[in-house]
Amino acid sequence: MFSYIFSGDFPRSKLLTLLLVVIVVGLVLTPWLFPGSRSMETAMRIAIFIVLVASYDLLLGYTGIVSFAHTMFFGIGAYGVAITLNEMGRGYDAIFIGTALGFVGSVLLAFLIGLFSLRVKAIFFAMVTLAVASAFTLLVSQLYQFTGGEDGLTYSIPRELSPAFKLMKDKVFGVSINGKLVLYYCILFASFGLFLFMLRVVNSPFGRVLQAIRENEFRAEAIGYRTVIYRTATNCLAAGMAALAGSLMAIWLKYTGPDTTLSLNIMVDILLMVVIGGMGTLYGAVIGSTLFIMAQNYLQELMKVASDQFSAMGLPLLPDLIHPDRWLLWFGILFILSVYFFPTGIVGRLRKAKT
Amino acid sequence: MSTNDKGLSATRAPKLSLLSERNLPLLATAIVSLAALALIGQFDTWVTLTLAGLAMGMMIFVMASGLTLVFGLMDVLNFGHGAFISLGAFAGISVLLMLPSWTGADVAFLNIAAILLAVVAAMGLTGVAGYVFERVIVKPVYGDHLKQILITMGGLIVTEQLIYVLWGPDEITILRPLALQGSFTFGTIAIEKFRLLAVVLGLIIFFAMRWTLNGTRLGLVIRAGVENREMVSALGYRISMVFILVFVAGSALAGFGGVLWGLYEEVVTAHMGMNVMILIFIVVIIGGLGSVEGCFIGALMVGLLANYTGYLAPKVALGSNILLMVLILMWRPEGLLPVNKSR
Repeated sequence: MFSYIFSGDFPRSKLLTLLLVVIVVGLVLTPWLFPGSRSMETAMRIAIFIVLVASYDLLLGYTGIVSFAHTMFFGIGAYGVAITLNEMGRGYDAIFIGTALGFVGSVLLAFLIGLFSLRVKAIFFAMVTLAVASAFTLLVSQLYQFTGGEDGLTYSIPRELSPAFKLMKDKVFGVSINGKLVLYYCILFASFGLFLFMLRVVNSPFGRVLQAIRENEFRAEAIGYRTVIYRTATNCLAAGMAALAGSLMAIWLKYTGPDTTLSLNIMVDILLMVVIGGMGTLYGAVIGSTLFIMAQNYLQELMKVASDQFSAMGLPLLPDLIHPDRWLLWFGILFILSVYFFPTGIVGRLRKAKT
Repeated sequence: MSTNDKGLSATRAPKLSLLSERNLPLLATAIVSLAALALIGQFDTWVTLTLAGLAMGMMIFVMASGLTLVFGLMDVLNFGHGAFISLGAFAGISVLLMLPSWTGADVAFLNIAAILLAVVAAMGLTGVAGYVFERVIVKPVYGDHLKQILITMGGLIVTEQLIYVLWGPDEITILRPLALQGSFTFGTIAIEKFRLLAVVLGLIIFFAMRWTLNGTRLGLVIRAGVENREMVSALGYRISMVFILVFVAGSALAGFGGVLWGLYEEVVTAHMGMNVMILIFIVVIIGGLGSVEGCFIGALMVGLLANYTGYLAPKVALGSNILLMVLILMWRPEGLLPVNKSR
């Protein structure tokens, strides 16, 4: 049963299993354990980023492709839902059509980009995707009639999914059962479902071929696998998954703008999450995104305390170095160190520690 | 020695006819700009736009040349290059802000001196930063493209954040020195002074670089290293020293370009390097990875096209670079002037 759900790919480390269980239980019970809208926002962000980062790991960790256009697909998914909800009004049909359009659109675009540039070296693909993604961002801000430009779009989702809709009169263990909670669980389980689907993919024969390409493309080709086809297929798959994650984000936030979906900063975040969590294993995406987003939301407060302490002591430069806005500096250093010393990330470390 | 040098001049490009393979891209650039003249219709507007385009192209070339050379010689694509651009801009601007009496004086000589000082400071700082970057970040990952991309991205993030630490989180606005504000006017043709300076400096850099690469012994080693690294080290040259030298020079050029770009935009942010990087990548791809002359032509094309389309059809201007890249790659998949690699 478990073997079926996890596609035979178990965490293979006691500590890692424990961490994963804590994360999953924490996400499922967030509304009860940490009441308040801020913790719910954080939990949702973690859930959605797990999907997004895992889909990026399909490219980077499994196939060895560096793409900088992943946020573009994320954005296409998000804008698909945002635009249909904005134009058609709050309804489930709008959500479904938007999600489907976003999904199909990004798969097609990924296919085109792949045709155009996947035949060549990794570096080339990285540069082309960076250029295309930046052009897309500009396009979105130009087409402000549809996309709201820099301001983005704010829209409403069906009433049954909003906090105003009460399912029960009484609170259950102090939490009111309303539409927002329903939406929370819908998105959470959709994320879990997508994650398990990707786990299925990477442990299929198809996934093995991808790893073969990563390890030695020439040999994979020599054995008789058309590597270009596999790489293009992964690119499309990853793009589709990213688009779905984007749609989930758009439904949850009820707002879609360039800063939440398309910006290069998010791309950098994804890269950091994948590498720090662990490339080439989807559990790395879970650990990486949880760690990163927790740090993003809570480490800053810790740094603020420390920074204030140091500046009260009158030390030069040090308060600036640990200023709360500089947390990315430390993650950048952590990132470089992990590329050097543990390329398989936290997950790889944990697995090694076991044996 | 002397026989070697003779061999060098003999192997230098044979006399080219105007329509040879290697001249086609330059011709294409000229044709594009003439076509733009036909579309724009007014001669004075066209001259202004062309000069603006040339200036932009030259600045992009200065920033991109280091990247393409480093790639050609070492097979390293440095995503952290953008950070050097920002770093150079900040260093240069700081120098200019420290010399208000020089930049504000109504004496062209003092103004130019201030800019030169800023450029020297910027190049010094980015050169040192480049040295550290090469030793600490890039050296351990030679030969592994995937790790190079990741680790230089990491370097970019850290450097950008360090700029925030050192210069604070706000963008800095700066006025150009007095002598470089405004423009010369010839009848109805207006030429911005700063753009003229950018063109001159860009040309100087281009020809200096060409001379170094084609006319000196060091350039010979570098070009040979681009074509076949192992053979050069087998002949007794310490190719790793040449690597470092080129990396430092490339970073310093990025710093130089950063100062110019900062003065051009009249505002510097830590993120500016990464924003220009996208243009630079397009230029480097168009020119052919590793080719300095291709990079030059690519930069001119991008700069000119950006200005022409900005005037003719502002809506599509932003996408025009991507379109140009696609077209060029369909024409020449390896870029305009590809480098012959034996690897």
